[in-house]
Amino acid sequence: MLEKLLALDRRWIFLLVIVALTLPFFLNLTCKSYVSPEVRTLYDAIDKLRPNSKVLMAFDYDPASEPELNPMAEAFFKFAFTRRLKVIILGLWPQGPQQADRVLERVFADSVFGAMNLQYGVDYVNLGFQSGNEFAIQGMGSSIERVFPRDVRGTVTGDIPIMQDVKDFSNVDFVFNLSAGYPGTVEWVQVAADRYGVRLGAGNTAVQAPLVYPYLGSGQLTGLLGGMKGGAEFEVLTGFPAKANKFMVSQTAAHMVVILFVIVGNVAFFIVQGRGRKGRGEV
Amino acid sequence: MRREIPLLITGFVGAVYIVSFFIPALGFVETVTTDWILIIQAFAIWLGALNLLKINLLKLSTGKKDRVYAAVVIVSFLVMAGAGFAPLLRDGRDYQAAGSSFAWLFDAFYVPLNATMFALLAFFVASASYRAFRARNKEATLLLLAAFFVMLGRVPLGDLLTAALPDGWRMSSWADVIMNYPQLAGQRAIMIGIALGIVSTSLRLVLGIERSHIGGE
Repeated sequence: MLEKLLALDRRWIFLLVIVALTLPFFLNLTCKSYVSPEVRTLYDAIDKLRPNSKVLMAFDYDPASEPELNPMAEAFFKFAFTRRLKVIILGLWPQGPQQADRVLERVFADSVFGAMNLQYGVDYVNLGFQSGNEFAIQGMGSSIERVFPRDVRGTVTGDIPIMQDVKDFSNVDFVFNLSAGYPGTVEWVQVAADRYGVRLGAGNTAVQAPLVYPYLGSGQLTGLLGGMKGGAEFEVLTGFPAKANKFMVSQTAAHMVVILFVIVGNVAFFIVQGRGRKGRGEV
Repeated sequence: MRREIPLLITGFVGAVYIVSFFIPALGFVETVTTDWILIIQAFAIWLGALNLLKINLLKLSTGKKDRVYAAVVIVSFLVMAGAGFAPLLRDGRDYQAAGSSFAWLFDAFYVPLNATMFALLAFFVASASYRAFRARNKEATLLLLAAFFVMLGRVPLGDLLTAALPDGWRMSSWADVIMNYPQLAGQRAIMIGIALGIVSTSLRLVLGIERSHIGGE
């Protein structure tokens, strides 16, 4: 029996994981998120920005990381627009700028933000994708317009109202990078923050977040949203609880299933091992 | 000359970035070099795309059993590229605007396919955890305990289960301690090691000692 448990068909595990992930969607459950210091730091940094401050948002991820990073982006946009910040969007991943469009679509579908009558080019702009990875960031240090000569709509960057007084990083008050790998937060820290003194906050996938923790302790990174949990905490702080909080219930259930399987697996492992020792006369 | 010129270019570019870091007055040389790199990288995307097309066309023509996948790659490539270039040629640059065929293909095909591939990871992680997370020895037990605290501490249930404990002793605090001390120390050690490796390799490249990138020993 225990041997069978140890060699359990993985399809049973898959089945339990999918039940754990999907069931909470139908139960309308919510859970309270404790706010971690790194999320609080990011919130405080943005909260202190004065209205009309320029915030640069770098979308460095693709749809694979959308469930973790889009809720962060959505809460960030809502918070920034509420605080009357000007948002400049760009991407070092080809799919990044389209991710921004998808998030903005959701933001403007909210009647509160739809009624704010925010104007493209004045309140926000999407400069699109630029190849070159860290060299694109390096280039922006001397001129953003040189690296992004036109926005996604084909308008010359210099003619866009929001970009009128934005020459380089010195005219940007805060950079928020949403990252799922390379190029991403590590490159923004190494080039934009270290070289040009940019104030940088980040939202990372749970897999990537541990890699950027060293930059938090050293002060090179002003706040971090790590995975779904970071997104959920940020939603709570900004006052716009949405998808991340909803998904946290599913994530909790999935974590419980994995923990349960690990415990069951270890108990079975030790019992079988104990029997083996007894059989060999070692005990 | 086939070797000397690439070596000279490598040395020059490396020297530009090192020198301009210490002498900001030479920043203009760095700006021009960065522009060149951006242009070269943009061309590299073309090169990569055309190479992908060539490899899959060859695969298709050789008639091996995986030629169906090659056909899927070629069709997908051409359809996405066509949808992207059509509005560019017609009326401007906004190929990814809402309602465009490129945006539709992105939303209807690329997003669900890409998300599905990544989502499969959850199932494999669960299955692998069941089989691999066994307390066979001291190191494995430590790993297992760390995983237990982080997994439980990173979801609200962890705090709910330890709500009776004083502040700072709940499960999320334990997870924070693991992330902020042993995890951080390990990451820093790895990062410093990698950085030292990068510095030494870069110096070898700039000085022309390392020649593997131009086909040397």
